[in-house]
Amino acid sequence: MSEWEPSAGIYDLRARAAMLSEVRAFLSSRNVLEVDTPLLGQFAITDPNTELFEVATPDGARFLQSSPEYAMKRLLASGSGDIFQLGKVFRSGEHGGRHNPEFVMLEWYRVDWTHYQLMREVAELIAQTLRLSTWQIWSFEALLDHFCQINLHDATELELKVAAENAGIDVVGDLDKLDYLDLLMTHVVEPGIASWGLVFIVDFLEQQAALSRIIERGGNSVAARFEAYVHGVELANGYWEESDADVLVGRFEADNGLRASRGQPVREIDQRLISASRAGVPNCAGVAVGFDRLLMLVQGHSELAQVMPFSWPLA
Amino acid sequence: MPNFSTNEFKPGLKVMLDNEPCSILENEYVKPGKGQAFNRVKLRNLRSGRVLEKTFKSGDSLEGADVLDIDLEYSYTDGEFWYFMDPNTFEQHSADKAAVADAEKWLKEQEKFEVTLFNGSPLTVTPPNFIELEITETDPGLKGDTAQGGSKPATLSTGAVVRVPLFLSEGEVIRVDTRSGEYVSRASKG
Repeated sequence: MSEWEPSAGIYDLRARAAMLSEVRAFLSSRNVLEVDTPLLGQFAITDPNTELFEVATPDGARFLQSSPEYAMKRLLASGSGDIFQLGKVFRSGEHGGRHNPEFVMLEWYRVDWTHYQLMREVAELIAQTLRLSTWQIWSFEALLDHFCQINLHDATELELKVAAENAGIDVVGDLDKLDYLDLLMTHVVEPGIASWGLVFIVDFLEQQAALSRIIERGGNSVAARFEAYVHGVELANGYWEESDADVLVGRFEADNGLRASRGQPVREIDQRLISASRAGVPNCAGVAVGFDRLLMLVQGHSELAQVMPFSWPLA
Repeated sequence: MPNFSTNEFKPGLKVMLDNEPCSILENEYVKPGKGQAFNRVKLRNLRSGRVLEKTFKSGDSLEGADVLDIDLEYSYTDGEFWYFMDPNTFEQHSADKAAVADAEKWLKEQEKFEVTLFNGSPLTVTPPNFIELEITETDPGLKGDTAQGGSKPATLSTGAVVRVPLFLSEGEVIRVDTRSGEYVSRASKG
């Protein structure tokens, strides 16, 4: 392919334009307000598994945002009510068949909803765009038991290592328990549920909570978080949001501790998000949907580049 | 040698894995929704030719392998080593039995072979895809029998044995595909 030509064909670009309108209409018709928060923020998220692009500006370093989450929560705290954002987000180093460092995310928040109500709405969006009318909910615990005969809560690092070896995965380097869970997820669970249509995975480990609440399930503390997969492709990640400022500070500090131990740069905590949380982010659930991945599935493609005007190598 | 991070694992890159030189064949980036990203990498062990499938945590790195592919002319063997010469510098390289391996039966003097050097020493020897060799031993040719069908074994000057059509005789030069070990045609008259 010559270097100037787009990575997507004209039919896919038309479908892209139509779907941008379709998801806007889907949320607007439900009285969710569209917002467009800044892409260049003064703070970066602390998540040790997400790296951002840092941009030098005359007013100091800024970060291309990996998600509009923090800014949207400040709007929620200010009384915005239900809001959505459809726009570009950026993640440094994430490039592959189903990853592009610059991509479009559809993120929305529903006030006074739990993640279960939000899952239903995500299923409705997917039903409308992908013509998939059935869906199922699995706990991460049940899926791991089903595919790897591993108990999520009790499994030791050694048991997880053996499960990975039994699945034919040959890992170079050392992994901890969370790494092994991520490994089994990408190498065993994702291919395993590829023929299952729409699957919501819920009840992740407490340590996988990110910004979701911790709730009790069958005597275990789990994250009130869901991942939506269609044909084994991860499409969405949603939370029943944790809004307690002190809990959030504790998680950010733990992230930074891990960052420091791995030799990654420590991120300054976004005090504006913390202040907003102290002022009161309402009880809400939020979800982020990978727009390009959804479009990829709608168009029956297997690579993101096929639905993007110019993928990363051509940009 | 420099280290290469998983995001630099492009096909063709030569790296060291478990003290063995390997060539990257494929590199796939995978990441769960939240959490650790991995690279699923296919590599070829350049010594054994075996293809390995390994998973790395994204961001991990491997040391580069000092591997170089060059075209060298085969000179001679003393039974223990096979000697190759760089036609430009006249530098001589000695390859052992393990490096020569299956290429041994195609080693024709003054012919160019692709030699993979690892830390300066031959690691593997790859014959050209097609090579012209003289038949040194075969049953007598059936004159005029140029029709299809029928073949017989023929030993070539390098020791390789290939199946050739019945009409060929000792002393004739033939063209052979070294990848399949099959007869292609009579050599073009020079």
